[in-house]
Parts: sequence; structure tokens; C-alpha cells
Amino acid sequence: MSALKGPILFGDFTPEAGLARALAMERAEVISEVRSSGLKGRGGAGFLTGMKWNIAAAAKGEKKFVVCNADEGEPGTFKDRVLLTSYPDLVFEGMAIAGYAIGASHGIVYLRGEYGYLLPGLEETLNKRRRGRLLGEAVSGKKGFSFDIEIRLGSGAYVCGEETALIESLEGHRGEPRNRPPFPVNTGYLGCPTIVNNVETLALAARVMSEGAEWFKKFGTGKSAGSKLFSVSGDCERPGVYEFPMGITIAQLLKEVGGEGAKAVQVGGASGHCVPAVQFTRALAFEDIPTGGSVIVFGQGRDMLGAAKNFMEFFAEESCGQCTPCRYGTKVLLDGIEKLENGSCSMAYLKELLALGETMQLASKCGLGQSAPNAFISIAANFKDEVLGRERRSEGRGE
Amino acid sequence: MTSKNIESRAPASQRRQVVPAPAADDAIGASVSVTIDGAEAKVPFGTTILEAARMMNVKIPTLCNHDDLCIAGVCRVCVVEIEGQRTLQASCAYPVTQPIKVNTHTRKVRQARRHILDLMLAHHYGECYACWRNGNCELQSLANEYGVDGFRFGKMEKPRYAIDQSSYSVVRDMNKCILCRRCVRTCIDLQEVGVLEAVNRGQETKIACFMDKPLADVVCINCGQCINRCPTSALAASDPTDEIWAAIDDPKKHVVIQTAPSPRAAIGECFNCPPGTPLTFQMNTALRHCGFDKVFDTNFTADLTIIEEGSELLLRLHKALVEKDKAAALPQFTSCSPGWVKYLEHFYPEMIPHLSSAKSPQQMFGAVIKTYYAKLNNIDPADIVSVALMPCSAKKFECNRPEMCDSGFKDVDYGLTTREMAAMIKEAGVDLPNMPKSDFDEPFGTATGSGIIFGATGGVMESALRTVIELVCGIKVEKLFDHADIVPVRGFDGIRYVELPIKDVGPVSPILENHFKDWNWLKGATLKVAVAHGTANAKRVIENIKAGGKFSECHFIEFMACPGGCLGGGGQPIPTSPEIRAARAKAIYAEDAAYQVRKSYENPAVAHLYENFLTDGPCGHRSHKLLHTCYTARGKYIL
Ligand SMILES: Cc1cc2nc3c(=O)[nH]c(=O)nc-3n(C[C@H](O)[C@H](O)[C@H](O)COP(=O)(O)O)c2cc1C
Ligand code: SF4
Repeated sequence: MSALKGPILFGDFTPEAGLARALAMERAEVISEVRSSGLKGRGGAGFLTGMKWNIAAAAKGEKKFVVCNADEGEPGTFKDRVLLTSYPDLVFEGMAIAGYAIGASHGIVYLRGEYGYLLPGLEETLNKRRRGRLLGEAVSGKKGFSFDIEIRLGSGAYVCGEETALIESLEGHRGEPRNRPPFPVNTGYLGCPTIVNNVETLALAARVMSEGAEWFKKFGTGKSAGSKLFSVSGDCERPGVYEFPMGITIAQLLKEVGGEGAKAVQVGGASGHCVPAVQFTRALAFEDIPTGGSVIVFGQGRDMLGAAKNFMEFFAEESCGQCTPCRYGTKVLLDGIEKLENGSCSMAYLKELLALGETMQLASKCGLGQSAPNAFISIAANFKDEVLGRERRSEGRGE
Repeated sequence: MTSKNIESRAPASQRRQVVPAPAADDAIGASVSVTIDGAEAKVPFGTTILEAARMMNVKIPTLCNHDDLCIAGVCRVCVVEIEGQRTLQASCAYPVTQPIKVNTHTRKVRQARRHILDLMLAHHYGECYACWRNGNCELQSLANEYGVDGFRFGKMEKPRYAIDQSSYSVVRDMNKCILCRRCVRTCIDLQEVGVLEAVNRGQETKIACFMDKPLADVVCINCGQCINRCPTSALAASDPTDEIWAAIDDPKKHVVIQTAPSPRAAIGECFNCPPGTPLTFQMNTALRHCGFDKVFDTNFTADLTIIEEGSELLLRLHKALVEKDKAAALPQFTSCSPGWVKYLEHFYPEMIPHLSSAKSPQQMFGAVIKTYYAKLNNIDPADIVSVALMPCSAKKFECNRPEMCDSGFKDVDYGLTTREMAAMIKEAGVDLPNMPKSDFDEPFGTATGSGIIFGATGGVMESALRTVIELVCGIKVEKLFDHADIVPVRGFDGIRYVELPIKDVGPVSPILENHFKDWNWLKGATLKVAVAHGTANAKRVIENIKAGGKFSECHFIEFMACPGGCLGGGGQPIPTSPEIRAARAKAIYAEDAAYQVRKSYENPAVAHLYENFLTDGPCGHRSHKLLHTCYTARGKYIL
């Protein structure tokens, strides 16, 4: 893996400067600072972080919660693991700032079950922070602000990264997304106002508070301020986690990681879109191709239908099974891809499958089902010849 | 009725969330404007789009939504398009909190609905014409309404799951299940029993019991409320009609049927009559047409139950108030609802001493038929096949309880639901609503109005009070309550509490002389009674008793497992809703009002039975042997 180098997170900074500056401010000032930084959530949806905090701060509730979403289940994503391994203090600092801003005294890290091996180290870091009065009663000597953090382990379901399913899981229920509205900011964990933020978002918030909104906005684009961590994998020379300013084009990124000459890039993991080489000039930013950070590089020799199948297998397995379009749609699409593979899918049926994909995007209860068809639809649109040009293999298989 | 948002036990993913009003708009009655298909209306803040559409007479199809249940938002059939929103929204779960414009049948909406139905049909095994819900299936009607004309995404060639027939009461065929989860919500939220749950993920998702055990091996109380709310035939009652036809066809068998009060107020619904059409006397004729040798009225033993259970209550009161014996176990609980009895046996076995030992009317009748009736008519009880027409699925389990053989035979052979009876009547080619009227058979004759109101929640209590007031106070109930309608115990509130001061007492009537010399010890006492229906409400009352709350001071509490009481039973016609149950209740109370004799103890056939058969009177040695029973502490964990 490449050495960690980058402008905001993977750079030099003074630990706890953000927390110190935040605690010297009024709560509302902290929120407006985060707001004016233009920081958007890094977990995928890109919701304005300052706005989220503001709603939670305004929501009525005796108790409020800060949840750090460290479920990191998206295939091809591993940047949160790197943050939690190399910069756990920064993440916890961000949580404390969020707690101060919204008036919460309790933080929860929802840690992906497979990252259980990080637990002893993270607990040790928390203990160190408690000893250093960065957690507990009167954080950093700030009267009236107490805050502590607890780590809870997930159990391996991808859907539990979805914030309402995550909350269900925290409450001890089967991990299934809730009906929205209301959103967690109003009615979240145990019915209390809750902000759920991605690991990276919280770390960035700490940096915003230490250096100021104006400094943060110097990086990235107008609509996508700051930097982004990218988990790069696949057919490239230097896979790993990178920090780039928002708005970097795919071509630039490929150059950095040694992936020039790729056939396509899957941006955003299984739930993202497949971008063909002709579109490599496009930018990775909320206004163009939004991403949670996963970039999977496909070299020239890759079978795109096979890739689509791989992603669809993932969703057919990970659908929580709650709503009809996703529960059965993923399976029907998977079967359809197999039909395409062995050349037994008619054009009419392919059209029907693409329409079904649209229904899933529109009518599923949560983001999982809504994004499950993305990869298939974009591959079918961009690699039509490859998808349709299959030999009828059924005879060969003696069926 | 059970409200949609009170302390729900269902996980929040299976509930509609209450949207907190924004601080500024807290004013009660704040309303929001919503435009549906071009028409605008003001609705209270937080009203769902579906509710708003209903107010505006716009039809939106639904499947996982049910008027009795909390909202799940899982089937997605009710999606609509909201202007300015990227995705469609489930109208059942989407609260209107700001002005929105909704369209209910755009291209996207129509396409989504068709796809959703297509996907369900592709995973639903079986043919409509070989299904008992044919013509009464919500999936079938939606497929019809929304133009399904083929199996776009294929269909199931083979069943995926074995049918679970382990239970005496409920049969589960998961091949028909479309995962609307109404049964899950019914069981955990409406009834707070919680034996059904979704397991696995993706297309492997299914509804299962704890540890995938068969239904008979979990804490299912057999109430059948899940059957009543299943949109397809994934849930059914265990159907004995083949056996009953065989008995009817066997000339050696004497096949008798007793009919409970609730089915007659509801069976018309299976023949396109509006809910609440009473068909008591037409049904008598129809049953004889089907081939039953005798048709009896369960109300006869409902009256008998009142005498036995009421005497037991007076004995317990005496034990507690005069003998100061703590073992009197007050309050006494009613025991005529077998779902409730099993609930108590599983969840509160330590409370079993409170249960009245009196059998339910069904089982009392069973015991009387194979003894008294058999002897009177010189029939070998072994040749009698005793059928009970009940609004209930738990009655099937009850008649199979090993202790229910006090006649020396199985007291009741088959419990038959209202739905199954309707199917038999149809199979016999009988046009029920247009049958001539005929009465019940002797020697049990026509009962009293007290028996008939057993069908509604509060009815047992009302009947008991009518009899106890007259026997103890020596006055006519009509003096206290107009027309002897004890209105405070009526209605559909989940839990009701009533106090009745006993100002004066009368002489002890002859049938109770064996037990009591006078009632002076009750003079000045206040009788405290309560009524609860639906096991969720029952649970609240029991918890209150255990915590020493006001219900612990009650003397007598009526519990019914099913919401609404028997008229909402798990064997009643489908669908069910608060309105349908209210209509059935109206029919039942109207029938009560039409009776000349409305107090159980005045029933001449009952008096005759005590004079000639149960000669040592209520709660005497003979009645104890035939009409009383014992219970089993089951606990929550079944090994
Ligand atoms: C199926 C699914 C899985 C998700 N998994 C994650 C995850 O692993 N980590 C994460 O931060 N957000 C995940 N999200 C997004 C969260 O729902 C939520 O939007 C995010 O945590 C908000 O944080 P942010 O505003 O900081 O981005 C997922 C969403 C969906 C629909
Ligand atoms: S879209 Fe899929 S994962 Fe999301 S609620 Fe529906 S079935 Fe569950």
C-alpha cells in the first residue's frame, strides 16, 4: 500500500485542535462553521453535514446520540478501516465535536463485524482519551459538556450500513431499514434525535473545526468542498487508499494509481455506476459522479457481464428481504444476467429487465434496493455489444 | 380498538413512525395541504398519503397495510409519485408534513405496481382454482385490477416449503406467502404473542417460528388472528370438513352440531350479505339440509357456564370475604376463550389458579350431549359425532385437549369454523340467505339473550352480572339498567373496568341452597369487574394485577383472546376490520334484545338439566365431573 499522503486527512495537523476550537465556541457557531465549510457526508448520500447537525440540534429530545457509521460494507471500500487504524483519535475527536454541536452526551461507533480485530486498539485509544479528559465528564474542562463513546460490533449484514437499519440493529432488532420520514435526526436510536455520520465525515469535521471553513473550501470544487478518500482496487499497479481533492477526474486518478488503459471503472462499489473509458474525463464529485470512495478498475481483458453478475449476486444475497422490488427483483435480474450469459435472453426480455431495474430504483424501501440495479443498467448501456453478443451456450452444455 | 401507535412491540422497521411536529407548528390541529391527482385538501399534520387519499375518495391499492395493524411499508404496492422527489414513496407510510403534490397513477407508478405484482406472482406457488381463498384473495384481486395478463418473470414450478400441519388449529403453507408480514405484526403487535418472525435474507426470506420449529411446538395460542389478516391462503385453519361429510354419509352415525352465537352474525358475509346480517334461523335449516341430525344452540351451555362460573365466583368470594382464605385466588378469570387459556398457560402459568375451572360452553355441551342427551334418546355415545360450529380456530385445539373426555368419549369431535361451515353449505348447494327459518332442536331448545352476547367482548361479564345481580340482590336487573342492558361493560375499548355496589341482598334461590344460607356477607360490598379483549390488552391487565394495581382488586375479569371477542374470532369470515366487527356486534346485541328470556338462570332447559341430571346443583359433584376442568402450566419454552 502506498504511504498515506494527502491535503486534509493524510497531512500534518495538531491533534485535538479542532475539539479545542469547537469547545471555545457556542454550539450554534460550531454548526454554522461546519455548514459554511460545505462539508457533505462521505458515506454515499452526500447530505450536508452541517444541515444534518442543525436539524438534530433543533430537534426536541432529552437524549441525543452521535453514531459513527463504521460498517463499511460496500464492496471495494476500505478507507474507513485505514482511518480507524491510523487516525482513530481524529475520528473520536470529530464525534466529540458533533456531540457538543448537537447536545449529545453519548456516542456510538457501529463497527463492521469483520473489523472486530480493531476493537482492542480502539478501546485502548478510548481509554487514553478518557485519561486525558478528552472523554467523560466536562470534556477538556468544558463545564456542562460530558461525552463518552461506546463501540458496538455489527454482525456482517451489508444493509446494516444503511442508517435506519443500523439503528434497528443497535436496538437489538433484525437489521431492516425503517420507513422514512421521520429521519434519524428527529427519531433515531431509542426514538431520540440521532446523527449518523460516516467515519470519514467525522474526521473531516474535526479538520474543518481546526483549520476553519474557508481553508477547507480551498480544496475540491464549488459544490464538493474538501478532499475525499478513495479505496482503489482492481487492475492497477498501486491499489490502496488515496486522498485526493474532490473533483479529480477518473483519468487523473487512474494515472496516480497506475491504472491507465483501463476498460472501465466501477465508481461507488457494487451500488455505484460503471463508467466506460470514453467518460474518463468525468469528475469524481457530487455534481458529476458521486461516490462513497470505492474505485474498482477493470482492465481490457475483463468480462463486463461477469462483473455485473458478480455485483448482482452480492445484492441478491444482501437484500434484507423486506420489500418486494428488492427481495425478488435482485433475483430476477441475476437470473436475467445468467440468461444473457448463455445467450438465451431475448431483446424484449432485456428491455423488461431494464424496466424492472427502474422500478427497483424507484420503488424499493431503502438505498440498497434503489441502487442494486445501477451496475447492471450502466453496464448494459455502456457495453451493449458485450452484453448482447453472447454465443448461445446452452447446446454446448448439453441442456 | 387496539391503536396503531401505542407501545408497539414490533421493531420500528415494521411500524409507522410518528413524525414530531416542528417546534413552531405545535398548535393542535395544525393542518397541511396535500394535492392528490390535482385535487387539493387540508389534512392534519402527519396524516399519511394513504389516509389523505381515502378521505378524498382516491383509491390506492394496498397489500401489506391492514386497518388493525401498525404500518410496515414493505409490499410497496401503494407507491405514489410525489412531485420533486426522485423515488416513489409508499403512501401507507409517508406522512404529510409539508404541502406536497401527489400523483397516484403516473407511468412510473403503474409500471412499479405491475412489476411488484409480477414479482409476487413469480414467487407464489399454486393455482387459484385449487385454493380455498379463490374469490377472496387480495393478491388475486390486485392481479385482476392491475391488469396482470401473464407470468412476466416466470412462475414457481415446484413448492419450496413443506406445509406445516403440526397444529390442531392453524396450517401454514409458506409457498403461498407473499411476505406482507401482516401475520408477524398481528402476532407480535396486536396479540403480543410473537411466535412468527421473518428469517433469512433476500429471496430466502420466509416467515418462521422460533428456531424454525413447527407451530405446534411454539407458544402459539391458536387464536387464528393471523389467518384473518392473511391476504392469501398462506395461513388457514385446520379443516375437518372431509371427516364431517364422511360422518354425515355414514348411516350409523348420529351427527349433531352445536352453533355458537358469533358465526350466525357473520356467516352471511360469505354469501355476499353485508356484515351484521343475522342468519340464525336460516342457518338452522341449512344445516339440516347439509345432513346434520340435530342442530343445537351453544347458548344453552353458555347459560350453563354462567350458572357454573357464577356459582364458582360466589364460592370464591365467600372463601375470600368470610373465610379470609388467601387461596381463593381472586380475581377469578373467565375460561371460555381457549386462545386466552393457552396464552395464560404459556405466559403466566403462575396465574392458573385464577382461571375459572368451568369448561367453555363448547366443551360443556360436548360432555352433556354424550351423556345426558345420549341417555335420554337411547343412543350409544360411541355413535354420536359431535360437531361445534365456532367463530374460532382455538376451539379445534380445545376439543383435542386430553382432559376433554369426561363423557368417557371425546366430548367434542370436531371444531368447525364459520368459513368452513359456509364452504360446506355452498358445497351442498344451499342458498343460505334465502332458506326458510327454523328453530333449534330439543331438548335444549332456544336459550336466552345472555348466551347470545357471549359473542361480543363484555358479553360474558354482562350475562354473569345479570344473573348474579338477580340471584344475590333479589331485584330485577332492569331496575338498575334499562332493558337489562349493562352498557358500561359493552363497547370496544381494549380494557374496561366497572364497579357495582351491592346495596341490598335477597333470599338465596333454591339452586344455590346447597352452598349458601344467606347473602348478608355481601351486603354493602362493591363488586369490581373488568373486561379485556385481545391478548395484548389481557397482558396489560395481568401485569397490572402482578404489580398490585387496581385490577388486582377486581373480583371477576372477562378475558377474550381475540380483538372484539368471539365475533372477531380466528374462524370468522375474511376480511376483518373494526367496522366489520362493530357491525357483527350490533347484530348480536339486537338478537339479545329480541329474546323474551335474557337471564341465564331463567333458562327453563337449564333448570330442567339441574333437576333431572346434575341433581346436586351448580358446582356440585356431578357438575364438577362433567362441566369443570383443569389446566396445564406450559411455560414459554417448549422442549
Ligand atoms: C445499503 C446501504 C449501505 C450503506 N452502508 C454504509 C456504510 O457502510 N458506511 C457509511 O458510512 N454509510 C453507509 N450507507 C449510508 C448511510 O445510510 C448514511 O447515509 C451515512 O452513514 C450518512 O453518513 P454521512 O452523512 O456522513 O455520509 C449505506 C447506505 C445504504 C443504503
Ligand atoms: S430495498 Fe432491499 S434492503 Fe432495502 S428494505 Fe427493501 S429489501 Fe431491504
